[in-house]
Amino acid sequence: MTSIAKPQIPLLPLERNELGLTIRDYSGSMSTLCAGCGHDSVTAAIQEALWGLSIPPYQVAKLSGIGCSSKTPQYFDSAAVGFNSVHGRMAAVASGAAAANRGLVVVGVSGDGDSLSIGLGNLAHAVRRNVRMLYVIANNGVYGLTKGQFSASADIGSRSRKGEPNLLPPVDPMLLGLSLGATFLARGFSGDKAQLVPILRAGLSHGGFALVDVMSPCVQFNDHEGSTKSFRYVREHELQDIDADIIPVRGQIHSEQTPGAVTEVELHDGSRVLFRAVPEGYDPRDRGRVGSYLVESARRGEIATGLLYLDETTPDMHQLGGTPEERLWDLPFERLCPGSAELAKFQARLR
Amino acid sequence: MAEVQLPEAPSQARVNEFALKLANVNGTGSASTNNLLMQTIFRMGVPVSGKNLFPSNIQGLPTWYEVRVSQSGHTARTSSFDLMVAMNGQTYQQDIQEVASGGYLVYDDSWPLDPEMRRPDITFLGAPLAQLCAQRFLTVKERILMKNVATAGLVAALLALPVDELSKQLVAAYSRRPQLLEDNQAALELGYQHARDNFPCPLPFHVEEVGAPDGRILIDGNTAVALGAVFAGATVGAWYPITPATSVMENFIRLCAQYRRHPGPDGQEGRDYLILQAEDELAALGIVVGASWAGARAFTSTSGPGLSLMQELLGLAYYTEVPAVLVDVQRAGPSTGMPTRVQQADLLSAAFASHGDTRHILLFPSDPRECFLHTVRAFDLADRFQTPVVLMSDLDIGMNDWEVPELTWDDSYRPDRGRLLGTEELERLEQFWRYGDPDPEWTTPRAVPGETPRAGHLVRGSGHDFRAIYTERPDEYQEVVDRLLRKHRAAAAHLPPPVVERREGAPFGVITMGSCDLPVREALEQLPGPEPSYLRITGYPFPPAVAEFIEAHPHCYVVEQNRDAQLRSLLLIETGAGGERLRPVLSYGGLPVTASFVRDRILEQESPQ
Repeated sequence: MTSIAKPQIPLLPLERNELGLTIRDYSGSMSTLCAGCGHDSVTAAIQEALWGLSIPPYQVAKLSGIGCSSKTPQYFDSAAVGFNSVHGRMAAVASGAAAANRGLVVVGVSGDGDSLSIGLGNLAHAVRRNVRMLYVIANNGVYGLTKGQFSASADIGSRSRKGEPNLLPPVDPMLLGLSLGATFLARGFSGDKAQLVPILRAGLSHGGFALVDVMSPCVQFNDHEGSTKSFRYVREHELQDIDADIIPVRGQIHSEQTPGAVTEVELHDGSRVLFRAVPEGYDPRDRGRVGSYLVESARRGEIATGLLYLDETTPDMHQLGGTPEERLWDLPFERLCPGSAELAKFQARLR
Repeated sequence: MAEVQLPEAPSQARVNEFALKLANVNGTGSASTNNLLMQTIFRMGVPVSGKNLFPSNIQGLPTWYEVRVSQSGHTARTSSFDLMVAMNGQTYQQDIQEVASGGYLVYDDSWPLDPEMRRPDITFLGAPLAQLCAQRFLTVKERILMKNVATAGLVAALLALPVDELSKQLVAAYSRRPQLLEDNQAALELGYQHARDNFPCPLPFHVEEVGAPDGRILIDGNTAVALGAVFAGATVGAWYPITPATSVMENFIRLCAQYRRHPGPDGQEGRDYLILQAEDELAALGIVVGASWAGARAFTSTSGPGLSLMQELLGLAYYTEVPAVLVDVQRAGPSTGMPTRVQQADLLSAAFASHGDTRHILLFPSDPRECFLHTVRAFDLADRFQTPVVLMSDLDIGMNDWEVPELTWDDSYRPDRGRLLGTEELERLEQFWRYGDPDPEWTTPRAVPGETPRAGHLVRGSGHDFRAIYTERPDEYQEVVDRLLRKHRAAAAHLPPPVVERREGAPFGVITMGSCDLPVREALEQLPGPEPSYLRITGYPFPPAVAEFIEAHPHCYVVEQNRDAQLRSLLLIETGAGGERLRPVLSYGGLPVTASFVRDRILEQESPQ
């Protein structure tokens, strides 16, 4: 099965961004995921976020690991160079790419298996290094490509399609990130683009590692009664905490909700969902209170969404490493090689 | 094992031709004494080698240092010693056995030596070093440390080393710590005087100065690799600490701090490098692959267990055609094995690393000088052939100081980036296909992220066609993997050429690699009859000269340091030679192979009894 080029159906004149580009200029080839897959909405949201920020499409480096979610870099931004790597290692490969070229807009797309099981170690340490990148976990609590095994994010008591309950506690990437010193933690729902796009835009603008956990239900293996990652479950239990209205570097982005109000959102599949808006006094910079809030909402069986934690003061990988403003990969060789005279001097000590 | 006794000159007559061994307890500061002696002999212009046999432990276990002095240049490890400095009661028994007949053993007679341990054919020299140091120094720590320096003084007297030279080195080391310098000097004098007053100094075998070691340096392989990485323009290093590779990246860090800090336009100092200590070896190679994919020259250093963890990512880099330089400082396996002992046992797992059909480029340096040269070459090969290159060093080369010719550098060198296309080149192309348009060596155009919309593509470890697009079609898949095999073969012409020494009338050939070079050469000189031909493999894939060499001899011995004859297997796979033509000579106990071992194994097979 080779990739399918997206048919270019002429529509009404599309809106153009600051670069004069339309959303089409950020598209990829046709998705080969299942019809209705939450991941396609995540792809669309990434595309819209890149377009909205007027990021030149070729400046993006898109990376992924292995799994359904990791197929998605094919489905957006064809002008970018991308790397579909191996299972669980995207965070490391992306760290390397960001190290070589600090000018890249690094976008990593991963899944809950890729990030929270096999790749947990690499994700954790990329968070610690504060690599400047957007890291999206399209989280459905299930292994789709191998047809329905539980992943590490499946909730206790969640049932597989065959009815077996999951007995192990879930890994919550937000709580995990908080303990690792993450600088940007946000959660969205693939069925809620209105909230997700601003979150992704904020993540793309963040000066460090932006970890975005997106509830993205699997229509084949995890969208049934008893699953805590089904569309229905997520809609009923989602608790939106805060607008993604804090955009470092590039100015403010406003989402549609207002504090204290209840917002009704129509999703791509026609269904409607209610979000509770930002609770009074929620401060995404207060690490201790964010932690207890996340634990509390999880205890109530609610999924806290929105921009959950933000720290704009911690230096990123390049600042920590003291690298120059230039990109390392094409620094002039003359600056890198000490030359024969220095080699002779060095060896004087070895005689 | 039956050692064949060959006539040797009696040890008493050998000036500048002997071996000594110092037995110590690790963590007591003996390393500085070892270096002091080694450095002094080196500066007297006599070829010398020092092998540190240390335990995988921080403090309290036996450690040895072996020094071989050889005017004739035979500085391979030897297993028989003319002088043993036995300062570790735990290992007395073993140490006494390793002294050559007619040799000497120095021990600390602050405590009496069990009479049962005595050997009639060697001379025991007892020196009360612990007592002397206890009288002279106050604290326990001082007494332990200074006993080592006193030992150096004692050995200097026995071997006729100029005590001024040792003293000069102490000044250089401790010039900023006057009290420590004074103590060191006193201890040195203590040992030196005691030997002069009580022993027949110098011993019949000793060192006579030949002249300054012009054009020679003392360097370990791991430092040389790090130097090579700096000179080749590597900007990203990723690693996970592992013995015996740790000092590769530690040296890279040190050298980058020295050579790669430059003030930027804003006057702020920038570091033209980024070194990431990764969470594991998977991440270390993942970072290297990501950085190389994005255009940087990047590398990692590891040893056996790390190489095992890196397998999947090596396969990824191979199949996606991303350059990656990996330095494998080999140690004894399998599993944790013996982390501080040497082997050349990662050959096959490196050559064919990862599942599926893979072949990697390997380089086999034989000493630190080649570590430097081949590291630079590894970056050029990785870029040119867009594939991983593994530098197969080992613990003996990597961690011991070797005397080698001074390193040289050609300032006109510029990195060979292969078919890495610049923005202008890409924009001139009608169509960019990542794996299309192969050149005569089967490499294809490459583009890094972030440069131009003309280069948009997605590389993947899954099945792909020449456009890098996912495929499950047999013909499209095979087109790519067949090209990879041709590309690998084409790389042979760019590897360092093998060392081929064909001799008229040679009864057989001897093939080896890496750190076996010195002991095998020495063994060849010791063999009776016409001299055999010699082939030292320097890289994989093999150039035609390798098969030709095997073809030209009735049979060849393949000398290597592993149990399973891995180099021999690789030769059989690649050259089509019959198994009976290649006879294994295998040393795999974890200590560097000796000439006498190689000589005896060959003699046994040449004249079966």
